[in-house]
Amino acid sequence: MKRLLAVLFTTLVCTPVMADEEVNIYSFRQPFLIQPILDKFTAQTGIKTNVVFAKKGLIERVKREGKHSRADLVLTSNFSALIQLEELELTQSIKSDLVTDNIPAAFRDPQGDWVALTKRVRNVYSSKERLGELKGLTYESLADPKYRGKICTRSGKHPYNLGLVASMVAHHGEAYTKQWLLDVKANLARKPQGNDRAQVKAVKEGLCDLALGNSYYFGKMLTDEKQKAWAESVFINFPNQENRGSHLNVSGVVMTKYAKNSANALKLIEFMSADEAQSMYASVNMEYPVKPGVKLSPLVESWGTFKEDALALSEIAKYRPVALRLIDEVKFDL
Amino acid sequence: MSRWQVIAWSIGVCLSTPLAFLIFESLQGDSEVFSHLWDTVLWDYISNTVLLILGVITLSCIIALPLGWLAAYCQFPGRRFFEWAMMLPLAMPTYIIAYIYTDLLDYAGPVQVALRNWFGWHSPADYWFFDIRTLAGAIVMIALVLYPYLYLIFKTALREQSFKLVQASQLMGLNPTQSFFKVSLPLARGAVVAALALISMETMADFATVHYFAVSTLTTAVYDTWLGYYSLTAAAKISGIMLLFLFVSLLLERFSRKNNTVHERQVSMNEQALYRLSGKRAWLATAYCTVILLIAFVLPVTILVGYAIDYFEQAWSSEFFVYAWQSLQIAIWVSVVAVLLSLLVVFYQRIGSNASKSVPGRFASTGYALPGTVLAIAVLLPLTLLDNKLNQWFANTDFEPGLLLSGSIFAMVFAYIVRFYAIAHGAVESSYVRISPSLDMASQSMGKNLLQTLSLVHFPLLRRGILTAALLVFIECMKELPAALLLRPFNYETLATHVFQYVSDEQLELASISALFIVLVGLVPLYIVNRSMEQHSS
Repeated sequence: MKRLLAVLFTTLVCTPVMADEEVNIYSFRQPFLIQPILDKFTAQTGIKTNVVFAKKGLIERVKREGKHSRADLVLTSNFSALIQLEELELTQSIKSDLVTDNIPAAFRDPQGDWVALTKRVRNVYSSKERLGELKGLTYESLADPKYRGKICTRSGKHPYNLGLVASMVAHHGEAYTKQWLLDVKANLARKPQGNDRAQVKAVKEGLCDLALGNSYYFGKMLTDEKQKAWAESVFINFPNQENRGSHLNVSGVVMTKYAKNSANALKLIEFMSADEAQSMYASVNMEYPVKPGVKLSPLVESWGTFKEDALALSEIAKYRPVALRLIDEVKFDL
Repeated sequence: MSRWQVIAWSIGVCLSTPLAFLIFESLQGDSEVFSHLWDTVLWDYISNTVLLILGVITLSCIIALPLGWLAAYCQFPGRRFFEWAMMLPLAMPTYIIAYIYTDLLDYAGPVQVALRNWFGWHSPADYWFFDIRTLAGAIVMIALVLYPYLYLIFKTALREQSFKLVQASQLMGLNPTQSFFKVSLPLARGAVVAALALISMETMADFATVHYFAVSTLTTAVYDTWLGYYSLTAAAKISGIMLLFLFVSLLLERFSRKNNTVHERQVSMNEQALYRLSGKRAWLATAYCTVILLIAFVLPVTILVGYAIDYFEQAWSSEFFVYAWQSLQIAIWVSVVAVLLSLLVVFYQRIGSNASKSVPGRFASTGYALPGTVLAIAVLLPLTLLDNKLNQWFANTDFEPGLLLSGSIFAMVFAYIVRFYAIAHGAVESSYVRISPSLDMASQSMGKNLLQTLSLVHFPLLRRGILTAALLVFIECMKELPAALLLRPFNYETLATHVFQYVSDEQLELASISALFIVLVGLVPLYIVNRSMEQHSS
């Protein structure tokens, strides 16, 4: 009993002893997505990686920890989080020629406070059986009354949908977007729920004909035994090809303002922006690499090339608060 | 000021610090977001929250009151087994049962597929089937996991009532149903209300289940404002509304206790059944228990086992033993400390003479109604402040403490204690009120001081209540997710956080083995406590 108590007590306040060469990461992305890349990094450099994963609250944690925070990097799954970290002045500039060479300017912060690592498209999936491939489909046309009761989506407030709505505000203004949201809401087959995969599943089941979803889910589903049938029941459409291009979101990374292992952290960012990690993102996670010329996964490549919305992410991010307010005003999720 | 007063107040203040910081945060201005919500969606959220709580309470009563009465007073086939088995659903995290039932009952699930094949239906338009992802669905899921609180507390209360009262009521011509409503239930009212208060707080704090079912409640509003509008202030304000709910429920509980200060002369337990059910009635009782147990525990666990077998290669990891050990460590720490603290506070409540004697306990219990992530942030606020002060203090020395408190497991343990203190307090308190004050007087007249009274007189009599408290806290700790997720140190996984990384991607199959571990580890103390109670009473 005494020994048990002793063990318990030492674990309570003793923080784990850390290796000399290490880098500490707060991650919004699930460990199973990033671990293969981190393992490769450790194997090549001998630098150990330590991770805390959470979906919520990590930014607040970095903020409150202040200059004693042990986090060196924050990995995010969408651009809003990158920009929020920058706005809260929790970041430092990433100064690396390698990163600048690897990643096009559109996917870096001008001051270097954040770097995008992968791209994902906000696609519209359509039922093969009932709608077929929809050439010329636009986000705007989701408001068309002909789709009454036919659309499925996850919560309007999820960062991926929020990004899309913010881009609508950026392109069309507030009044148009509010009406668009009202019309899309009227077209919903059911109250927004589940994640992006669940929407494709609903199309397969015949609950709806159109579903909003990120591109990599399609690839992930096609490689999953159980979910393959869902994905095979839909076409992946890239909206707005005839005008501004499809809406993109990114995953990315920032270096924290008070990073203690900044040299190692920089090495990891460089590693993540280079060919090997970029092609791992492409092949394992079915995402679009940000580094030009990196080979796509054959599956992703088979979806063809597409035009991207060229509006800067930082520009779209400005409209995020408006988008959120509009979504509440039209009670999109209720 | 007595020593006991100082101790109780220190505990109360210490455990309510996170909340105090949150309230301070809510006063920082920035009412724009709040008034926008007020004008748009907040009322929907409030009405959903109220309906959810009322629904869960009602359904819990419907399930647990008959079960408690059957277990305490009746003899029927399988009673000894069901008596403890009916607590099993407690070990099941709500978000897991919700996920499993959605898989089972939604359009593509086996139930509807079978129905379609059977009746030759083709599309959703051909027939009606209830949608599980609704407010009603959420109520059922949450009640299935939380009813054991009421069952456990109600059963204990019935056991500790004297049979003589029920027998007397029957001599006066009441039938069993009448004496249940006119004697047993009113006598156990305090315990029932205490259990319902716990259930409503837990319901209010739930996020994972309601989010999965797309039911927007006040918890949704808290997360939206904080993570969407980036306004911790507005989030803190909404938490304030939730606390108001909490205070109302605590007041109700207290009020109901006031009118119910029946002290038993003896705390002997009634082991012999009062009613021997036979024939149809006996089998009806057995069937009732079986059905509830099947729905709330056996079926979900079977499905989990099925997932675990199908996905074994992808889902198995030798790290599970490490995760299980880490979960276990924290759960033991928290349950021991929470029970000790609640014992001290409740003891002061008993011996104190001034009007404010129950204030420390109320203060300390406030953490329970806060959603986990909000509580985690509320815990970070004072801990990071303290850490930063510590570092300033040592600035001129070689020693750099870093994030001694907020960066270690301490933060998690502290958050859990803040969150689950209310459970320990409730269980200890409800068993304390049944000890007659005349025992205290007797003890004092024999020259024992207060500490001796606590350890020699109260402690043995409270054994059952203390074990129950520790058990409930332990199981909650095993299941607790959001605070663990946000506050853990680097590379630190508990079973629940491991489950979450897959569930957050709606892939429970891959987390099925650790989900089973959570349930299994939770069963161990359930078994031990039950054994020790049986030995105690025999």
